[in-house]
Amino acid sequence: MFASFLVNTWIVATIVAAAAGVVGFFVVLRGNSFAAHALPLGTFPGAAAASLLGINPLFGLLTFSGLGVIGISQLGKAGRPEIATALSLVVLLGLGALFLSMSNEYSQATYALLFGEVLGVSSLEIVPVAVVSAVSLALTALLFRPLLLNAVSPELAEARSVPAGRTDILFLGILALTTSAAVPVVGVLLVFSLTIGPPSAARALTNRPVRAMLLSACLSLLTVWASIALALRLGWPVGFFVGGLGALAYGLGRIRMECVRSRRCRARSG
Amino acid sequence: MRGESEVLAVQRLSVSLSGRRILDEVDFALHGGEFCGLIGANGSGKTTLLRTILGFVTPTSGRVVIDGGHRLAQIGYVPQKIVLDPAIPMRTRDLVGLGLDGHRLGLPLARRARRRLVDAMLEAVGATSFAEQRVGELSGGEQQRALIAHALIRRPRLLLLDEPLANLDIKSIATTVSLLRRLALEYRMTVLLSTHDMNPLLPAMDRIVYLANGRAATGRTEDVVRGEVLSRLFGEHVDVIRVHGRILVIAAGAGNGASADLERHPDHVVQVP
Repeated sequence: MFASFLVNTWIVATIVAAAAGVVGFFVVLRGNSFAAHALPLGTFPGAAAASLLGINPLFGLLTFSGLGVIGISQLGKAGRPEIATALSLVVLLGLGALFLSMSNEYSQATYALLFGEVLGVSSLEIVPVAVVSAVSLALTALLFRPLLLNAVSPELAEARSVPAGRTDILFLGILALTTSAAVPVVGVLLVFSLTIGPPSAARALTNRPVRAMLLSACLSLLTVWASIALALRLGWPVGFFVGGLGALAYGLGRIRMECVRSRRCRARSG
Repeated sequence: MRGESEVLAVQRLSVSLSGRRILDEVDFALHGGEFCGLIGANGSGKTTLLRTILGFVTPTSGRVVIDGGHRLAQIGYVPQKIVLDPAIPMRTRDLVGLGLDGHRLGLPLARRARRRLVDAMLEAVGATSFAEQRVGELSGGEQQRALIAHALIRRPRLLLLDEPLANLDIKSIATTVSLLRRLALEYRMTVLLSTHDMNPLLPAMDRIVYLANGRAATGRTEDVVRGEVLSRLFGEHVDVIRVHGRILVIAAGAGNGASADLERHPDHVVQVP
C-alpha cells in the first residue's frame, strides 16, 4: 500500500482532495451543485482530445473546463443558469463522443477518465496537478469573505461593493481549475461527489464559516485516503469508494443536523 | 434638525425600467439625523428609488448626490425579504462581521479590535443573546436586527431599509421602529425606510416621501399627509382622517376606474365607493 510506486498516488490524491473540499464548501453554500456536476463531465472531451494529440491531458481538461465556464456564464446571463449549464454540458459531451470515436484506445482510456486512475501517476504528472490545485486553493482563501457574503445574499454583497456577476464567473473559474486537476485522479463521475459530500456534512457539524471550510477539507481528505486504501486492498475501483463514502458523509451530516434541530425544539418548548 | 448638513440629495430623478417610467422627477433632500419614511403601495417605485440611490440602477435623468464622496462607504443597506438559508454555517456575529470587512480579501482573522466592534454592534441592536446562533435559524425580528447590525457596523451616514417591517409581528414592528429611531439619534445617522403602511412609523418619522404614480410628495409629515397634497398626488379626491393616533386616508373613488386605483394605494388608504 505504501510501496514506492504509490507515493505519487498518495501525494496527488491529497492535494486534489484538499482543493475539492475547500472549493466544494462554496459549491454547496452557493447552490452550484449542477455546475459542479456539469463542469467535470464537460472536461471529459478535453482529455480525449489531448490523448488524440498526444499531449498532457491536464491541458485538454483545462481548455474544456474553460469553455464550460464561458458557456455557463454567457448563456446564463439571460437568467436561467441551470439551462445554460445543461446546454453547455450537452455541447461539450457531443464533442466528447466525436473525439472518442477518433481515438483507438477507446475503452481503457475512457474507463480511467470516468472512474479515475490512481495507480501509475508519474512524477511528471504531479507537478501540474499540484500547481493547479494550489492556485484554486489560494484563490478560494483569498476570496473567502466576498464569496461568503455573496452566498448569504448577492444583494448584501453588492451593497458592500462585491459585484454579483463577476463573483459568479470567478467562482466558476476556480471550480473549473479544481475539477480539471481532480478528474485524472478520481474520475469525471466522482469529482462531483467529493465537492458535495464532505462540505454538506461539514456545514452541519459546525456553525462557524472558516471552521466549516477546513472541516470540509479534512473530511474530503479522509474520504480519498480511505477510498484509495480500500481500493488497493479489495481491488475495487477507487470511484466506488469515493462515491459511497461521500454519500455516507452527507447522510451523517444530515442526521446530526436533524438531531441538533430537534434537541433545540425540545429545549424551546420545554 | 435644521442646520445639519445635507446627507442625501435626490435631484429631479427619473428612472425607466424596460420602457416603463417608474420614477418621474422625484426631488428631495435629507439632512443628518433625519428619520424619513418612504411610503407607497407595492409597485409604486420604492425599491427602485432605493436601488437608484445605491447606484444599482442608472437614472434616465436627474441625479443622486451623497455627501462625502464614495457612495457605498456612506450607505448602509437592509434589502427587502432576504431569505437566510438555515443550512449556512454562519452565526449572527459572523454576519455582522461581514458588514465590517466582507468586501476584503483573505480569511477573517480573529483580531481583538474586530471582535470588540462586533460585540458593541450586537449589543447596540440587542442581538447579544443570539450572537452565537445560526442566522438562518433566527426568527424574523431577530434576523432583521442582525441585518441592521450588519448594515450599521461601518457607521454609515445614511441607512436605507427596504420594507423592513413586512412579515414582522406587531410587537417586532414596534421594537424595530424604536430601535431605528434610537440608533438614528445615537449615531447622528439619516434613515430612509420604505413601507406600504405609514402608521407604525408615525412616532418616529419626521420626514416623508410619499410615492404614487411615479411622482413624490415630500416634506415634513404634517405638511405632506394632508387632503389637498395627497389628492394632487393621487389625481383624485382623498381625505386624511386622524383617529386614535392613526392616520387613515380615505379615497372617495372619483369615478374613473376605482377598482384599478385601489391596487395603487398603500395599506392605510381606504376606498369608499
